[in-house]
Amino acid sequence: MSDVYIIGIDMIKFGRFPETSVPKLGATAAHMALDDAGVSIQDCQALYSGNLGQAAAMVGQRILAEIGQTGVPVVNCANACATGATAFREGWMSIKAGIYDMVLCVGTEQMGKGLLGGAGGGKGIPTEGLLGSGTMPAVFAEAGMEHQRKYGTTFEQFAKVSVKNHHHSTMNPKAMYQIETPLETVMGAEMISYPNTKLMCSVNVDGAAAAVICSEEKARELGKMDRAVKVRASVMSSDPYQERNLQMPDVNSCTQVAAKAAYEMAGIGPDDLDLVELHDCFATAEILHYGNLGLGKQEDAGRMIDEGETSLGGRIPVNVSGGLLSKGHPLGATGIANLYEVSTHLRNEAGERQVEGARFGLTHVIGLGSACAIHILEKAS
Amino acid sequence: MPPEAQPAESNALLPVVPFLKIPEGADPYLEGSRCQNCGAVFIGERDNCSSCGARDQMETIQLSNKGELYVFSIVFRSFPGIEVPYVSAIVDLEGGGTVKGNLINVDPDPEKIQMGMPVELVYKTAPRKDAEGNEYLTYYFQPRS
Repeated sequence: MSDVYIIGIDMIKFGRFPETSVPKLGATAAHMALDDAGVSIQDCQALYSGNLGQAAAMVGQRILAEIGQTGVPVVNCANACATGATAFREGWMSIKAGIYDMVLCVGTEQMGKGLLGGAGGGKGIPTEGLLGSGTMPAVFAEAGMEHQRKYGTTFEQFAKVSVKNHHHSTMNPKAMYQIETPLETVMGAEMISYPNTKLMCSVNVDGAAAAVICSEEKARELGKMDRAVKVRASVMSSDPYQERNLQMPDVNSCTQVAAKAAYEMAGIGPDDLDLVELHDCFATAEILHYGNLGLGKQEDAGRMIDEGETSLGGRIPVNVSGGLLSKGHPLGATGIANLYEVSTHLRNEAGERQVEGARFGLTHVIGLGSACAIHILEKAS
Repeated sequence: MPPEAQPAESNALLPVVPFLKIPEGADPYLEGSRCQNCGAVFIGERDNCSSCGARDQMETIQLSNKGELYVFSIVFRSFPGIEVPYVSAIVDLEGGGTVKGNLINVDPDPEKIQMGMPVELVYKTAPRKDAEGNEYLTYYFQPRS
């Protein structure tokens, strides 16, 4: 089976674009990725499109209606916050299987403001605020409190994740925000769901990201190896049974399962990684995934953030893009945007936030319910 | 049937969720299922076991009204019209089963709420009605001494 390479990848600057449409956002990102690869839509043998908000509305075909209806197969994916990564992985599998040698993968989302999630609905009375909370900030607050219960992680340590990621985003012109948020600002912001304040919740934004991927033979034939990025592992998992996970969504076990498989597929371990883009939908979530991804022991997560191990310049920089907390979280685009971030470092093109000498990077997303996707990328040699 | 003849149970409380049972002449309780193959306990009725995959091995059980607070969050912002703050709690019940609900009769202050503390279920009329004006019985958790 051929190795798979990213030869073109890009994302639009995340923001709020109510005047445009989902297909237009996707088309913009698709053009950027095609230009980055130096190929055209006529070179792509299939389109894998990820979008959540219009999952039943043939977003992929509408993107082609914007950029070129070449008649190729289109697959539309919806997989919660793992939607973009799922679309990418479907494309990866098609090349791995030898069906195609070049495909386009696009992730797109247009979002409103406000809380996501919520319990109840349907018959009877709404149960939100009656039988606890199903809002995403509360669900991830409870997941963070489990870490506090087991390992003594503090509100302040959770808050430091936001300080770090907002700082990183000041160096990322494609992030929604470029503002420093000192610890007292993060801890003193409006409390949404203890221990997550407003600045510890990811930003709902509109966004799109796209990637052109191809077989090794095709990348060599086209002379694209100098900027190509090799996909060393592409793994997904769902949440294995845990005694509480039907009441309390579990983002830990599916990440652990996927991480183990991804390191096996890549033939490397967490110590070999130079940077990680992980699913910091809330500040509490980032702390959980240090241990889940093997970046350190679970009980050391609080110390890792205290000592700056996951900051740019630290032992293992995490979310140097600004993460979902500050770059923004357009659900269907997130899983390709993080591949863009890691690829940009492996190409040594990340500017001020460049992780020096980056060779291996990992991306991770979680769609609650749950779908976990992990990719390990390597600088092509 | 004459139109004025309303069924007697029209004034009765409805359960807020299907797994809250309101037996006639007895106290309400939460119902669960236990897998007779692997012992996993679930909330409510189900046909198959998601722990071991066994089919048709589920026995219906009455869940305990006592448990321990596993984790919580204090919710200060919810959807429009939802009164805040409230404590969203995950409780492990004695004998198995994990339930989510509001923890009441505590200060909404993280310093005042101990993970691991004993709690009990209490059943009350919900402060909301449905569109037809029906009233509902719901459950809450409260500290247990």
